[in-house]
Amino acid sequence: MASKKTNENEVTPENSNSRRDFIKKSGLFTALALTPSTLVVASENKWDEKIAEYLETVPLSIEVNGKKHNLNIEPRTTLLDLLREQLQLTGTKKGCDHGQCGACTVHVNGTRILSCLSLATMQQNAQVTTIEGLSKGKKLHPMQEAFIKNDGFQCGYCTPGQIMSGIACIKEGHANSREEIKEYMSGNICRCGAYHNIVDAITEVKEGGKEL
Amino acid sequence: MKNFQIIKALSSSSAVASITKDTSVMFIAGGTNLVDLMKKNVVAPDKLIDINALDLKKIEFLNGKVSIGALAKNSQVAEDQSIKEKLPLLALALAAGASQQIRHMATVGGNMLQRTRCPYFYNTDMPCNKRVPKSGCGAIGGTNRMAAVFGTSDSCIAVHPSDMCVALAALDATVLVEGPKGKRQINFTDFHRLPGNTPEKDNTLEIRELITSIEIPDNNFTKNVHYLKVRDRSSYAFALVSVAVALELKNNVISNAKLAMGGVAHKPWRLTETEDFLKGKTASEDIFKQAGKLGMKGARGYGDNDFKLTLGANAITEALTIAASK
Ligand SMILES: Cc1cc2nc3c(=O)[nH]c(=O)nc-3n(C[C@H](O)[C@H](O)[C@H](O)COP(=O)(O)OP(=O)(O)OC[C@H]3O[C@@H](n4cnc5c(N)ncnc54)[C@H](O)[C@@H]3O)c2cc1C
Ligand code: SF4
Ligand code: FES
Ligand code: FES
Repeated sequence: MASKKTNENEVTPENSNSRRDFIKKSGLFTALALTPSTLVVASENKWDEKIAEYLETVPLSIEVNGKKHNLNIEPRTTLLDLLREQLQLTGTKKGCDHGQCGACTVHVNGTRILSCLSLATMQQNAQVTTIEGLSKGKKLHPMQEAFIKNDGFQCGYCTPGQIMSGIACIKEGHANSREEIKEYMSGNICRCGAYHNIVDAITEVKEGGKEL
Repeated sequence: MKNFQIIKALSSSSAVASITKDTSVMFIAGGTNLVDLMKKNVVAPDKLIDINALDLKKIEFLNGKVSIGALAKNSQVAEDQSIKEKLPLLALALAAGASQQIRHMATVGGNMLQRTRCPYFYNTDMPCNKRVPKSGCGAIGGTNRMAAVFGTSDSCIAVHPSDMCVALAALDATVLVEGPKGKRQINFTDFHRLPGNTPEKDNTLEIRELITSIEIPDNNFTKNVHYLKVRDRSSYAFALVSVAVALELKNNVISNAKLAMGGVAHKPWRLTETEDFLKGKTASEDIFKQAGKLGMKGARGYGDNDFKLTLGANAITEALTIAASK
């Protein structure tokens, strides 16, 4: 086993006690707490917060809509929250936050997934495409145009997820009939019930035969 | 969600070595069930071991069996051309589960270990013996429309929600696992368990054991198979009742039959008595009706789920009819 690799996130039996456990055990926090002068200096300089932050976050390199980001994130950050809260890409919607609606659908390395059930830290070096990444300058993506033309929405809340899912549905080869489109789009709920027009839009793009 | 640490395992042995004896450390694969449960605070691990870098994604057609890695994605298996040809029942069951987005994320191992969808299990304000042992069962005497009708106990009446597992139980699969004491194999039908007095245990996997693959012995169930899933909407909903059927027919005589049900028990429910009844019989409406009744023999409802007794019998009859007519 490659136990001498330097990646500190790798598990080897020797380091399976984590850095955080180690520091806890070695009593750094206790030392800070027991030394009033250190504590005062530390809090004045926000050291304690910085140490805590350093320990609680992990580095993440991720490419979103063609742009590379090097970030430090909490392991509990979902890809959805990373996109919306940290990268200000609010096109991707939070509907249920529990995998039940599809509003948060994005493409990761070309595959449609639910960003609300994906931990961002598990998408190391991934290429993510969101609704913001579809248009070329002012030119909308064919699926965006088809949704407008066919009235594929009412309130529009589910629409970014529907569009991301619709593109993938065609690319996967699951848009060969209205029935098939309905089945493979069932992971995207539309509270306004625009389903019929959504299927129209996807059918039109599929029949248009354009490279997506 | 409570914060936690996450580390990436680069080999099965290091993954196993990094799991401690309590549940504060857990494996994570697709995350589609675990992240959901962590958001609801139903489980709150201190540390996650990300197993996605392990070489366990392959689908292999070996001598006499098919081997599927524990990290193969649900969509990868459902859409594999050879799986569709050799094990169409498995492909059908997988395609009936969740949504395409979730199937792209979900793994075979994670699917087997997904927890019940009993609403009391998900609600930390409610009593639930499965979530907090000895806290009581909210579903008995409460809302129990999804609950089991076979193999229940006074402690728990929850069902296992997987579709894939119903097909694997019917197809006599084996589960391969690796743990601190080495490797072992478990019959698929012995993998999940009945609740008894310890509903907190869904299955017979030991703590620290990693599922590495499943194996399905070669069979002739390539034509007369069906996975019937009855649910509240036509897609993207868990089964109320489901039936996996695999038949071998020669001149309309049933020479071999495998049947299992989902949505009726704490584990995929194999119908061996009904299989024996069908063998040697000529396929007919009457025989399939009798099989439906026999399949549900001994079932008991808990109020809201009483409808499953009739629905179950009808579903068995319908699934057999469709399978035989293919
Ligand atoms: C809205 C929604 C609808 C759904 N509908 C359906 C449905 O209709 N039918 C259906 O069958 N399923 C359905 N699912 C469930 C889905 O199939 C499961 O969530 C998925 O299969 C879990 O796989 P995963 O890889 O994401 O597991 P994870 O969430 O990563 O893990 C689940 C559990 O398994 C453990 N684990 C994972 N891999 C291994 C391994 N190799 N060895 C040991 N332990 C392991 C983890 O520690 C964790 O405890 C639905 C899910 C959602 C969110
Ligand atoms: S049926 Fe099982 S999972 Fe549901 S409340 Fe009772 S103990 Fe919990
Ligand atoms: S927000 Fe992700 S599925 Fe609803
Ligand atoms: S357009 Fe309103 S939810 Fe779909």
